Amino acid sequence: MKTFSWGLYPKYNGKIINIYSKNDLIKYFNTYSNVIPYGNGRSYGDSAISDYMLASKKMNYFISFDEKNGILKCQSGVLLSEILDFIVPRGWFLSITPGTKLITIGGAIASDVHGKNHHKEGCFSNSVIELSLMLPNGDVIKVKNGDEMFLATCGGMGLTGYILDATIKLKKINSQFINQYVIKNKNLLQTFESFEKYANFTYSVAWIDCLADKKNLGKSIIMVGEFANDFDLEYKEKKKLNVPFLFPDFALNTYSVKLFNYMYYNVIENSIDRPIKVHYDKFFYPLDSINNWNRIYGKNGFTQYQFIIPKDKSFDALSEILYEIHISGKGSFLSVLKLYGKENNNYLSFPIEGYSLALDFKIDNDIFDFLDKLDKIVLKYGGRIYLTKDARLNKETFYKAYQKLDYFLKIRNQVDPNKKINSLQSRRLGL
Amino acid sequence: MNKSVLILGAKSDIAKELGKIFAKDGYDLYLAARNVNELDEYITDLKIKNNIQIQKIEFDITKIETHTEIWENIKEKIFGVILAAGYLPNQKEAEKNWNITLNTINVNYTGAVSFLNLVANSFEERKSGFIIGISSVAGDRGRKDNYIYGSTKAALTAYLSGLRARLFNSNVHVMTVKPGPVYTKMTEGLVLNPNITAIPEKVAKDIYGAYLNKKDVIYTPAFWYIIMFITKHIPEFIFKKMTIR
Repeated sequence: MKTFSWGLYPKYNGKIINIYSKNDLIKYFNTYSNVIPYGNGRSYGDSAISDYMLASKKMNYFISFDEKNGILKCQSGVLLSEILDFIVPRGWFLSITPGTKLITIGGAIASDVHGKNHHKEGCFSNSVIELSLMLPNGDVIKVKNGDEMFLATCGGMGLTGYILDATIKLKKINSQFINQYVIKNKNLLQTFESFEKYANFTYSVAWIDCLADKKNLGKSIIMVGEFANDFDLEYKEKKKLNVPFLFPDFALNTYSVKLFNYMYYNVIENSIDRPIKVHYDKFFYPLDSINNWNRIYGKNGFTQYQFIIPKDKSFDALSEILYEIHISGKGSFLSVLKLYGKENNNYLSFPIEGYSLALDFKIDNDIFDFLDKLDKIVLKYGGRIYLTKDARLNKETFYKAYQKLDYFLKIRNQVDPNKKINSLQSRRLGL
Repeated sequence: MNKSVLILGAKSDIAKELGKIFAKDGYDLYLAARNVNELDEYITDLKIKNNIQIQKIEFDITKIETHTEIWENIKEKIFGVILAAGYLPNQKEAEKNWNITLNTINVNYTGAVSFLNLVANSFEERKSGFIIGISSVAGDRGRKDNYIYGSTKAALTAYLSGLRARLFNSNVHVMTVKPGPVYTKMTEGLVLNPNITAIPEKVAKDIYGAYLNKKDVIYTPAFWYIIMFITKHIPEFIFKKMTIR
């Protein structure tokens, strides 16, 4: 059967196998080669695609919860949404959350995901106290935050073994609502100034209009926010929208994306002085309310290109890249700019101190050549590409961009010399 | 004290999802299955998330001689019973090996009837309770590819139908559930058509909704009602030549 991840690209003849227990895992590690841990299939590219994809979704149990201190231990197949349903009414929240809650905790660790608070609170691994890892030889080891194995596993794309469970530290909240402020910016310079000005907010993110005309390159809407203090934690279920079918390939083109961006920019209002109270679902997970939103890019799928540039060079690099996109006329429906804090010690985690931009591109004939061209610019400015979104990066660029790679390869060679665990991505990148 | 529900075959994927929903709604659970200790992680999870009691019962539906004692021990506390135990053999193997066929009959029909007879007598006397029996669309018409399984489910469907009529005046709700193929441990390894195969979460949600609405018979997902309506009305002389997957 054809398997694929969230970007619907690439499509590969792999097999998804549900894992129910440790014994299942040992069995599959012993019988198959070319296996890869698989969570909820929400990474975008080919990092969780292989011949045998060992799905953790059936291992989705809570193991213990310390309500007083906000410490949760659960199996790796638990979705962040399942955690939130349980902890929010009890006054807790995820310390770190990415822009979707429909990922497993194992996936969150393997990708060392981050969110709108990276500049203040870092990556997901910051909230992980310890985890259990099954090595490819079947041994189960306890890995504590800071261990060498921890540094390799967080952000390690599932290549060091199978995460069985994890213990995470939660964050105290007094409301399920966020006080959100909106700042509109006319160009890239203004956007950067606003980011710096509002950097003391815990959460911040910007939507960039990639198709703005030349003098308005970097036109954006920045949203910043803090949890409210109204003691409203009661759970309310909301209805979801659905994209019930694949959009025809022509639906998203330069004009429709321009129209969307134009409307979005002009409908939303500046609100620097008075916050709007929005539910955490709307603030953190706007796209989760639309089932299958990935289908709007049509049957060929899409790739998300996310890169990060060191802070002192961010402005120059972004100017150059936005200009390239402007000339190419390749419409990105979603373009998200974000400020990042200090780099952590993990070997393959994506974030470095600086700015990152994430763009969606529909798969078409010349998109890969175009992205190779952007890679060169990213590399020139000392930046890197996010593996969790990637489906096409080449080995040379990857090796140059990830400076701690050698430490990772050393561990990888120790635990899995025959590369029993591998993905299409790891084969392509020589991991 | 909470109401209690007994789940027979509690390790099945549909049963586990049903257990989650009933637990969330405040029911205490009696979970009956073979090697019931394999449910320990599941039980810990339910107890963290819900303020309920959970009892484990070591139970083999084919060991009919144990049924009376098991039921006598707990019947006072049980408000409703869900029959989720089931066995899906490989059709070709079952055709050649009588023991596999016999086991299919024993799990899906003989054992089920043995236990539900006991439950029915108690509930009839008490004039309260509910019984949810998980049958299958496979019981609506015997197909070449799975008629041994299908015939046991056909028998179960007929049994539940009669039971419903008998207990109607005693205020006991009997519901027949006919799921289509579901991605579960039971069907793992089979080649299933993704367009018509459901996930256990969806099936459990349908069952719970139908239980609240006191439905008699449900197909889940609901489109199976239409598929089976058509399937049942194809003339036999055509049906016998068809290959339906």
